[in-house]
Amino acid sequence: MQSTRRLWLSQCVGIAALADIAAAQQHAHEAAQSPAPTPFQTLDPATAAEIDALTSQIIPSSDGPGAHEAGIVYFIDRALSTFDADLRDSYRMGMSSVQQKRQEMFAGSTSIATLTSEQQIQLMHAIENTEFFELLRTHTLYGFLGNPSYGGNRNRVGWKLIGFEDRMAYQPPFGYYDAHVDQEAK
Amino acid sequence: MSGATFRPSDAVDFLVIGAGSAGGVMAKELSTAGFRVVVLEQGPYLTEKDYKHDEIGYTYQAGLTNDTKLQPVTYRKSEAEQAKPIKAIMYGRQVGGGSVHFTANYWRFHESDFEERSVFGNVPGAALADWPIKYADLEPYYTKAEYDLGISGLGGANPFEGPRSKPYPLPPMPVKSSGVLFDRGAKKLGLHPYPAPMAILSQPYQGRSACVHCGFCEYFGCEMRAKSSTLVSVIPIAEKTGRCEIRPNSYVRKIETDAHGRATGAVYFDANRREIFQKTKAVVLCSNGAETARLLLMSKSKRFPQGLANSSGLVGKYLMWDNGAEALGLFEQPLNEYKSIVVTRVLHDYYRADPKRGFYGGAGLDARFDFYPANFALRGMPGDAPKWGAEYKKMLATYYTHSMAVLAHTSSLAQEKNSISLDPNLKDRWGLPAMRVTFDFHPDDVKTMKWSLTKQVELLEAAGAKKTWTSSIAMEDQMPSTHLMGTCRMGNDPKLSVVDRNNRAHDIPNLLIADGSSLVTSGRQQPTATIQALAYRAADYAAQAAKRGELG
Repeated sequence: MQSTRRLWLSQCVGIAALADIAAAQQHAHEAAQSPAPTPFQTLDPATAAEIDALTSQIIPSSDGPGAHEAGIVYFIDRALSTFDADLRDSYRMGMSSVQQKRQEMFAGSTSIATLTSEQQIQLMHAIENTEFFELLRTHTLYGFLGNPSYGGNRNRVGWKLIGFEDRMAYQPPFGYYDAHVDQEAK
Repeated sequence: MSGATFRPSDAVDFLVIGAGSAGGVMAKELSTAGFRVVVLEQGPYLTEKDYKHDEIGYTYQAGLTNDTKLQPVTYRKSEAEQAKPIKAIMYGRQVGGGSVHFTANYWRFHESDFEERSVFGNVPGAALADWPIKYADLEPYYTKAEYDLGISGLGGANPFEGPRSKPYPLPPMPVKSSGVLFDRGAKKLGLHPYPAPMAILSQPYQGRSACVHCGFCEYFGCEMRAKSSTLVSVIPIAEKTGRCEIRPNSYVRKIETDAHGRATGAVYFDANRREIFQKTKAVVLCSNGAETARLLLMSKSKRFPQGLANSSGLVGKYLMWDNGAEALGLFEQPLNEYKSIVVTRVLHDYYRADPKRGFYGGAGLDARFDFYPANFALRGMPGDAPKWGAEYKKMLATYYTHSMAVLAHTSSLAQEKNSISLDPNLKDRWGLPAMRVTFDFHPDDVKTMKWSLTKQVELLEAAGAKKTWTSSIAMEDQMPSTHLMGTCRMGNDPKLSVVDRNNRAHDIPNLLIADGSSLVTSGRQQPTATIQALAYRAADYAAQAAKRGELG
């Protein structure tokens, strides 16, 4: 009797859990919606195009969507308009020194975006040990792989690339080795 | 959120400062024992409905932890340096404190942890000391914590642990691929891996649902209430008594004392920055191993010019750090470690300090994966991998799902020169002195981490890793520290410690201090179980002392 009652109780909590999962799942999905594209709030269009070119070399669009398709420049604009507003100066000064570098390396060029991909890669190598590059890389990866509600990771392209499923609940087995644990024991 | 409401002018029986791992336990124990309790918590009162799967909000931004934009922390390696603003330490800042966002590893300290000075001997440059209590004194309270909060594990599976009076209340969580591989490697090496004891429900417990393996544990709050934080376990019980008021957004700046040197209450800023004085018969300080020391130092007065409970001069001293070293491995098949809880296997074979190694220290190892997508891309990849470009992108596509880590939680020696103090220059948004952290490793701490890394790599290779790599153990890469220990050391001698064996301040008879600050040694990190067991024990003592009229 006791065990029957305990089983019944545990199933009751189980039903509650299913409802909880559904609610939490809904909550998670709403929170992870890609917002409609908005005009830039902080960046001017010319700077935005330059940042787009640089971040597109961090995660290129080779073999599938990269930083450009993920909307990284929109994520950065959002960050600089909200939680990272205090980094606007870092971007302004950082971009200005990258432009200076570009002029030194490619005399006569007019913008990063109009360089060839090879030239862009050379420019990236020249700046890859700077603080600004580290900031750009940090923003690019949070934008590419973070929650789409911040304006990046559009259509979850970053999560799709790395194989992250974004579900609210999973059941074991989770991976190959726990699925084959019996073979492990042998 | 319910419970009692008290007026500031009501002298309640206990004023608890901090509603975290220890404060939540205090709230429940003291209110169910019949006392009237007010708990002041500087952070907000959030619930599972507020939590999100949002890596940017919870790891890039402060999320559930102290926000250094509001409360700056400064850091220096030694007294000779000028401290600079950096988030050197991190703690949970909301009702439930760190128990809300922690990984949920729930290790008991070993018997040897309480008497390492006697067993190991003196360590030059360090203040290694025996505790004034033994494992056996704490054992009943470890058990009480495990049952009250809801811990999943397999009792007796760790051959190095001290005797336990009861098994865990819940069976272990399902093993992940990292756990299976860890078992494989450890067994090949003749070691003793065991199912991780976790403060996460493997089955429904006390009206709460079991874990659904969503994978967002470390840094995040649990939307399912399956992580056994004080927020969802003991605090609701405290509130249900009708004798406990949890008061969030209440930032304490000073504990006041009377002409007899007894605590009378605390002054705090409410959400609107009004200063309020809450009266009490006794104070229980549970503000974590960093903020507790800071508050005592801020509570200086004519009578106590070097801060409260500080006749020894040791408040803030002996800060111990969250030392650790991480090794990662890449495997042939997908592990999908982002699913489910962080840790499912642990190993304590290297735990005990052994003089034969030539240095003090030991390591507790766990199989884990604590990288959310962006953090893995930023920090989890091998050091020799490209950091951008087509090849980097290609590697990410495999490495995220095919990697796991073995993390060593290593000892941190107490040194007097490592401390929490008040920054003389910088103020927080409330105009209070910023917290200043002075810390550098003891040479044996570094030797322990380096030695441990060789064991971790060996284990991953024995498990069949195709490639292994290790993370940095440099000081600047070991920040922020999340385990805040040692700054109000427990001891029998008032000249050499701040609190007595019952967590009562030597100097102030009606002040108890129960949190990470009491810890005499660091164990092998994972201090939450010990902090909570100490809180249960101190609550027991406080209730009895109050009934005898010793505290009022």
